[in-house]
Amino acid sequence: MSTNPITDSGPLLALPRRQPMVPEPYCVQRVRQETRDTFTLELRSSNGAARPAFAPGQFNMLYVFGVGEIPISISGDPTSSKALVHTTREVGPVTKALRNLKRGDEMGVRGPFGTQWPVEQAVGSDVLIVAGGIGLAPLRPALYAILANREKYGRVVLLYGTRTPEDILYRKELERWRARFDLNVYVTVDRAVGAWRGNVGVVTSLIRRAGFDPQNGIALVCGPEVMMRFAIQELQKRGVGTDRIYLSMERNMKCAIGFCGHCQFGPSFICKEGPVFRYDKMETFFLLREV
Amino acid sequence: METLKGILAEHPFFRGLEDRHLELLVGCASNVRFDAGQFILRESEEANQFFLIRQGKVSVEIFAPGRGPMTILTLGEDEVLGWSWLVPPYQWKFDARAIEMTRAIALDGKCLREKSEHDHDLGYELLKRFVPIVEERLTATRFQLLNVYEPHHR
Repeated sequence: MSTNPITDSGPLLALPRRQPMVPEPYCVQRVRQETRDTFTLELRSSNGAARPAFAPGQFNMLYVFGVGEIPISISGDPTSSKALVHTTREVGPVTKALRNLKRGDEMGVRGPFGTQWPVEQAVGSDVLIVAGGIGLAPLRPALYAILANREKYGRVVLLYGTRTPEDILYRKELERWRARFDLNVYVTVDRAVGAWRGNVGVVTSLIRRAGFDPQNGIALVCGPEVMMRFAIQELQKRGVGTDRIYLSMERNMKCAIGFCGHCQFGPSFICKEGPVFRYDKMETFFLLREV
Repeated sequence: METLKGILAEHPFFRGLEDRHLELLVGCASNVRFDAGQFILRESEEANQFFLIRQGKVSVEIFAPGRGPMTILTLGEDEVLGWSWLVPPYQWKFDARAIEMTRAIALDGKCLREKSEHDHDLGYELLKRFVPIVEERLTATRFQLLNVYEPHHR
């Protein structure tokens, strides 16, 4: 077990391969445009190997040959043995190159790396998932894992906020989840014009409607850091302890195995001791202006 | 049968209010219902009410020529609509429209302003309940202005 003071996300279910710096060849099976600037890649091993096991919250390093390598959270279903799934936003040269890949194109994958959402620790508790923007992607595997064992959890609530109705990620899946009787899904957008009949307002305003047990529930939060700060304030206001709030952090990860130090955050490396952290273990550093 | 006083006492907004103040509020309260699409209040009209939403959903909007109505906020069950009745010149700054059939308790602001002039404790209790809502919405508006979901480039 790690002795790092800001890590407490449980043991890893899936460990990286023996040569963690060597990418494995993968083929693009499908590229799906999700929104104006986000897309999902489905990958399969080029040499026919089974999809590596991963835990919700972990990430892979995706390598576009000749362009570069970036960390992307795994957003697929950990309970399914199908393709390796990643959703990301087209923002820089590597993500632009990823978006331009076609079915059958080859690329490199290293991983999975990092800590996981406390899906096991949450058994018997209510689970509140608060996602902002593309932050829904790293949380989706946690929701899949919870829904695969739905009877083991109390009330399960997903709160999702994004910029506009056009920016809603996994729209069809959200509609399917909303139709379930054992899952409460609330979606809100920051601004809307025209025919949108859903909620308008910030995602944190949905927390009061969640109706989950603040004493025994567990909150999983992922989104831009400002949004996470607002969400934490609101959760604390509702009585959720800092030891029951988990966040996924993002920094400039390069090696993904805690060697290079690019993603150092206080005493930890996000790639190794994160990206998922229990809030009380990292509160001091989270509130510093520059870490 | 559910009385208006009972409904007000049960509503989270008025929780903990003394009985004598509830009695004063009942005299200014009425049950209202709005069909989907119906305007509850209109920008620039006199603001002499606020609403405790009991059921349904309301959008707070502003109309821009050439763009149509823009929704700023949606409110639902147990939420409060309207505070312009508290601040001179008592005029609505936005439109509010029921998105779906909405039931609410309407409280007459003019009546409450007069009662608060005579009973400052009542006025203080009302302000104690409104200020956190104003603060919450101001914070939310600032959060929206930050446009945090837009990717930033270093």
